[in-house]
Amino acid sequence: MAFAFLAPSLLGMLVFFVFPLAMTVYYSFTAFDLSNPPKWNAFANWRYLVGGDPLIGQATLNTVWFVVVLVPVRTAGALFVAWVLTRARRGAGLLRTLYYMPALVPPVASTIAFVFLLNPGSGPVNTLLAALGIDGPGWFTSETWAKPSLTLLGLWVLGDLMVIFLAALLDVPAEQYEAAELDGANAAQRFRYVTIPNMVPVLLFAVITGIIGALQYFTEPAVASATAQGRAPVGQGASSLLGWPGQATLTYGQLLYSRAFGSNLLGYASAMAVVLFVVTAVVIAVLLRRFRAFTPEVAS
Amino acid sequence: MSPRTHLRRAVAAPAVAALAALGLAACSGGGGTEGPTAASSAPETVSGTIQFWHFFTDREAGVIQSVVDDFQAANPGVKVEVKSGQDDQKMRQAISAGQPVDVGLSYSTDQVGPLCSSGDFVDLSSYITRDGVDLNQIPDTVRGYTEFAGTRCTMPALADVYGLYYNKTLLSAAGYTDPPKTLDELADMAVKLTTFAADGSIETLGFMPLLGYYENSEAHWAPATGATWLNEDGTSAVGSSAGWAELLTWQKGLIEKLGGYDKLSAFQATLGEEFSAENDFQTGRVAMNIDGEYRTAFIADQAPDLDYGTAPIPVGTGHEDLYGGGYVTGNILGIGKGSTNPEAAWALVKYLTTDVGAQVKLTNGLKNVPTWKDALTSSDLDVPEQFQTFLDVFGNPHLVTTPPSKIGAEYQTILNTHTQDWQSGKVTDVQAMLKQVDQEIDAAVQLAG
Repeated sequence: MAFAFLAPSLLGMLVFFVFPLAMTVYYSFTAFDLSNPPKWNAFANWRYLVGGDPLIGQATLNTVWFVVVLVPVRTAGALFVAWVLTRARRGAGLLRTLYYMPALVPPVASTIAFVFLLNPGSGPVNTLLAALGIDGPGWFTSETWAKPSLTLLGLWVLGDLMVIFLAALLDVPAEQYEAAELDGANAAQRFRYVTIPNMVPVLLFAVITGIIGALQYFTEPAVASATAQGRAPVGQGASSLLGWPGQATLTYGQLLYSRAFGSNLLGYASAMAVVLFVVTAVVIAVLLRRFRAFTPEVAS
Repeated sequence: MSPRTHLRRAVAAPAVAALAALGLAACSGGGGTEGPTAASSAPETVSGTIQFWHFFTDREAGVIQSVVDDFQAANPGVKVEVKSGQDDQKMRQAISAGQPVDVGLSYSTDQVGPLCSSGDFVDLSSYITRDGVDLNQIPDTVRGYTEFAGTRCTMPALADVYGLYYNKTLLSAAGYTDPPKTLDELADMAVKLTTFAADGSIETLGFMPLLGYYENSEAHWAPATGATWLNEDGTSAVGSSAGWAELLTWQKGLIEKLGGYDKLSAFQATLGEEFSAENDFQTGRVAMNIDGEYRTAFIADQAPDLDYGTAPIPVGTGHEDLYGGGYVTGNILGIGKGSTNPEAAWALVKYLTTDVGAQVKLTNGLKNVPTWKDALTSSDLDVPEQFQTFLDVFGNPHLVTTPPSKIGAEYQTILNTHTQDWQSGKVTDVQAMLKQVDQEIDAAVQLAG
C-alpha cells in the first residue's frame, strides 16, 4: 500500500533523475556527437579533462573566483541592506521596493543595461568618473575588471536575497535582544550571538543556492561578453562569443556548453557534468556540516 | 516540522534541480537514424507543410521571406513555416531531438563536417542524381566546402567573401589614392591614418590589428600569407604552416607601431555594435577594415553618404601571387534527418540553391555572393562598384576557406585562445605557441573519434 502511494514520485525520480544521471555517467565514457549512437572510448574523456583540455583550468579558476567572491559579496551585501531597512523609520516600504526592483528585471536585460552603463567610452559611470578627474577602468572590456564588474552586477540585483534576509531579521524574537542587552552585550555581540544563530537556516539556504548558482553561472557572463564585444554571433551559436575578454569570464558551465554543442563533444561534456555534480554535492555536504556549529542547539 | 527539516528540504530542491540539469545531456539525441532518400521518380507536384529554419533576422529575414513567398506561389500546394533567428547550435539540437526541421540553413561551412558525419543533414546525392542537378554550376571551392568525406549533405545558398573596406575621404586626406596591396603597405598606411587625442588616446584608427575586433579573425586573415589549418588526415597543420608565424609577427609589429595593446584595447572598448549604424567603419572611427561583402548592404542602409571603396585583402611579402584571393564561407542548406516531407523540402532546397531568379533576388537583397554560375553572370544582378570586388575575389583561384572537421570550428577556437595571449603580450615565442596549438587540436580531433 505504501509503495502504491510512493510510486508516482518514485517513477518521477527514476525518469527525471536516476535515468538521466546514469546515462550522463555512461556517456562520459563514450565518444558521442549528439546524433550518432555513442561509441565506448573508456577513459579518453577523463584523460582529456585532466590533462588535455586547454581551457578547463581557466574556466575552473574563473568559476572558483565567482564562488569565493561573488557569493560572499552578494550574501553580505543583501544582509547589510536588509539590516539597514529594518532600521529605517520612514519610507521603509519605498526603500524595500527600490532595492527589490532590479531583481525583477530579466538577467539578459539587466546585464545589457549594466554593460551600457559601464561602457568605457560613452557610459554614464565613466563619464561621471572623468568629471571627477578619475580615469575609469574598461569594466567588461578589461580582463582585470570583467569579473569584478559581474560582481557589481550581482550586487545590483540582490533584491531576491534581501527580501528573505529582511523577513528573517524581522522574525528574530525581540526578547532575545532585550535579554542580551541586560547581560551587557554590545551591538556586535548581539549580532553574533542573537541575530546570526536565528538566521542560520536562511543564511545556509542563501549560501548553498548561491554556490550552486555560481557553479552553474552562465547567462550574465555570456551576455556581458557578447554585448561588450559589440559582435553578434550571427548564426554560429552562443558558444562563439563566450569568455571575452581573453578567457576572463569563461565559466565551467559555459565551457561545458561549448564543448557539447560547439565542438560536438557530448561525451566529454558529460564527464564535465559528472565532475560538476560531484563537486556541488561535496560542497553542500561540507557546508551543511560546518553550519551546524552555528545553530542555536549547538550554541546552547 | 523543525527548522532543520525545512532547511534540508530547501537544500534538496536546488540540488535536485542541479541534478536534473546535469541529466539534460542524457535526454538528447542518440538517434543515428538513416535519413530519407529520393523517390525513384520526381513527383509532378509537391505539397504539404514544411519547416524552414534559418538564422537571419530583421531586414535580412524579410529578404528570405520574399523568396520563400515566391516558392510558395510557384508551388501552391506547399506551405513553408519559416523559423527565423535560429542559430546553428539550436538547429542541431532540434534535429537531434527529433524535431521536424525539414530544411535548415546554416551560417557556417564549419558545420558541414558535423552535419554530414552525424547524419543530421541527409545525403542529397539521390535527389541530385535523380533530378539531374548540374553540380558544375557550383564553383570548385564552394563544392569542396559543401560536402564532407564524400557525402554531399548540403547545397550552397550564397557565399560570404571577405575583403578590405577603406574610407576614401580619410585616405585622400592622408594623401593616398589607392588601397594597400601588401601587409607592409597596410601597416604604413594604418600608422599614418591614425590620429590621437590630446590625452594620448586613439581618436581615429587607420586599421585595427587586434583579432576579435569585428571580423578580424584568424580565418579571415589567413589567405594573406597562405596560412593553412589542417592536414589531409584532419590533424593540425598550424605549427608547420609558415604563414601563421608571418601573419602573427606582422600583427605584433603593427600593434606596437600604433601605440601598444593597451591603447588599442581602450579604443576597442568603445566600439559601436557591429551590425548597427554605430559600426566603427561606418562612423569613420576606423579608416580601413576587413569585412564581408554584406557590409555593402548595411552601408547602403545605414550610412548611405559614406564614400568608401573595397579591395582584396592585402598579402604578405613573398605572397604577392596570392593577391586577389581571399576567404570565403557561406550559407548552406540541407534536409534534416527527421523531415516528414523530404520531397517538398528538397524542392525548396533546389529552388533556393539552383534557381537563377531566386539566387539573384537573394543576392540583390542580402548582398551576398551567388553560388550558382548562371546567377553570377545574370544581367539582373545589382552590382555596385564596391560589390564587384567581392565577385572578383570569389572568382579568383586563390580563394580559400576553412576545412571541414569533425570538431566543427573548434580548431579555430583553439588557435584563437592562444592568439589572444600573443597579441596582449602574454606569449612571446610564436613558434612554441603554434606547436602547442598543434597538440591541442590533435587531442580534440582524437577525442572526437
